[in-house]
Amino acid sequence: MPASAEPVLEAHGEPVLEARDVVKRFPLHGPGQHGKEVHAVEPTSLALHAGRITALVGESGSGKSTLARMLALAYPPTEGEIRLDGAPVKQARTARGKRAYYRQVQMVFQDPFSSLSPVHRLRYILSRPLQLHGHASGRAELERQILDLLNRVNLTPADQFIDKFPHELSGGQRQRVAIARALAARPKVLLGDEPVSMLDVSIRLDILNLLGTLRDDEGLAILYITHDIAGARYFADEIKVLYAGQLVESGPADAVVEQPRHPYTRLLLESAPDPDREGALLDAPEVVDDEETLGEPPSLVDPPAGCRFHPRCPLAKPVCATAFPPRTQFDDGQWVHCWSYDEENYR
Amino acid sequence: MTTRHQEPLLTVRGLHVDYFDRADPVHAVSGVDLTLLRGETLGIVGESGCGKSTLVTAVTRLERPPAVTTAGSVLFHGKDGAPPVDLLTLTDRQLGALRWEKIAVVFQSAMNALNPVLRLGAQFSDVLRRHRGLSKKEALTRAGELLGMVGIPADRLRSYAHELSGGMRQRATIALALACEPDLVVMDEPTTAVDVVMQRQILRQVSRLKRELGFSVIFITHDLSLLIEIADRIAVMYAGKVVETGPARQLYTDPKHPYTEALRGAFPPLHGPRREITGIPGSPPGLRVLPQGCAFHPRCAHRFEPCDRTTPPLLALGAGEAACHLHQTVRGEEDHHARVS
Repeated sequence: MPASAEPVLEAHGEPVLEARDVVKRFPLHGPGQHGKEVHAVEPTSLALHAGRITALVGESGSGKSTLARMLALAYPPTEGEIRLDGAPVKQARTARGKRAYYRQVQMVFQDPFSSLSPVHRLRYILSRPLQLHGHASGRAELERQILDLLNRVNLTPADQFIDKFPHELSGGQRQRVAIARALAARPKVLLGDEPVSMLDVSIRLDILNLLGTLRDDEGLAILYITHDIAGARYFADEIKVLYAGQLVESGPADAVVEQPRHPYTRLLLESAPDPDREGALLDAPEVVDDEETLGEPPSLVDPPAGCRFHPRCPLAKPVCATAFPPRTQFDDGQWVHCWSYDEENYR
Repeated sequence: MTTRHQEPLLTVRGLHVDYFDRADPVHAVSGVDLTLLRGETLGIVGESGCGKSTLVTAVTRLERPPAVTTAGSVLFHGKDGAPPVDLLTLTDRQLGALRWEKIAVVFQSAMNALNPVLRLGAQFSDVLRRHRGLSKKEALTRAGELLGMVGIPADRLRSYAHELSGGMRQRATIALALACEPDLVVMDEPTTAVDVVMQRQILRQVSRLKRELGFSVIFITHDLSLLIEIADRIAVMYAGKVVETGPARQLYTDPKHPYTEALRGAFPPLHGPRREITGIPGSPPGLRVLPQGCAFHPRCAHRFEPCDRTTPPLLALGAGEAACHLHQTVRGEEDHHARVS
């Protein structure tokens, strides 16, 4: 095993889907940009286990969607490999190879308004994956399975929903259809790329609870990509924090939220809306709003050397600009990449 | 914050907005009364389709067909006891004089609010030259100062909107809204499209600028947890009506309307034990076929006999108002007891 593979996760058995030291760089095109690359994901390992939800938390441009798309075979990794059930996935070029992969791994996208075809009824939308993956044949069998899928995502009474068009449904209901469509392939892994961020706050919980039920009852391995750390804590087993293409912290969901060890995780938590934090916003110390304190994630074309968070980091020391910090492992299964935990070199 | 300024800036009375896109109109906003005090941040919260945006586009006279304001008044109170003007009766020319000067609007999508083919500087100087009569040079200097207020270096004036990050674009639209030091800034989901860290930075800036410049804010969002932190008072909308208003903290600690209570319970907390919580069952009703009685009753956990028959009026309750039979009955009984004893 490479050094960066997950030691803590052995307790949960073999991973179903795993990214090992994957790297993604996108070459740039256009005048004056020849040879430049977007360093979207730095060597990153991530393992998904049956019956567990792993939350990947980060801002826009942190590379979280790129990572998900590599896991979904939408982009080939520049380096590293994707392993399904312990075997490396050859980049499936043929339709047959891709279909075999997608029978195990399915995605749920952010926008349920554009991910469902507007011209088809739910019956058709859900029948396609069932037929493509050979799970149902014959009209009666197909109908039975479609109704079953609708029931599993709580679109009941299912026989009233089956002949509806997506435009007749609310956003939350559409996202349920998208989940049902993913389930139709009978996957082991569900990759959710911000599956609730387009929905109203009031409906988000229903979808999260549904995903939680799928994990508990059907043993799905779920990757939940989000920028909402409170939602991640609510139902994920594990939280991983990604910043500018580098995983900076990981651990059990409660531990990461209650005891964030990376300064970036702390920034995320401080920024999350929290009504219990009395008047913090109005009484906040007078901050100087120059561009530096306002800081945004760096450009990934020319990212900062070392720890990419160092230009915004309150704890930054010279060493932070020179090398990416090694992993510091804690007893509770949490780990962090931050020089401040390395007493010898933190200067 | 509110105690300092008790004079109203904006008084909305009996506002009705209908959409005339088919044979029979849809009542998107029906009978809304709201008061915004000077220097106050008023939050308006509700799920999608509750009429929040319709309400503020009507108030700012930015509604587009098929939306038509069919009844009501929106009184805008000038400084120093000047007589209030009803925004709904103003001509386009009179409105034009108020826009930017007195009332500015920040929309959700900064990408669409900024002109993609003009440099930032041109957009700022457009407003400043028209409304402030500045020369081109003065306007650019002032524009640089305005950008500085939101932490964007002045050399960005030469940038086009697409050259800025999402957070910067949104901050630029806020700076633009403040260009003529308006009394009222309406913000329609200004931070929905940006990340949490940027959201917090923008909100902190808005509250600092508000302290410095003293404008009032109407802030629309579907995220009650956010509003509780930033608003002085909150109005909760459901199906085109205001169902509860009150001080922000009170809505969090002691919500009166079951809908407010459900909204409050719908976001996962950052602290305390992890326990299963549920969203609000169902979705907001289609405005074309509203349920009889209280529009929330099909989703309400506390519904009882009168809820599906009569619509509860919005009545004063404690420091706020609520439109719910639950409290009206309780209060009625109290009155009854008071009378008996």
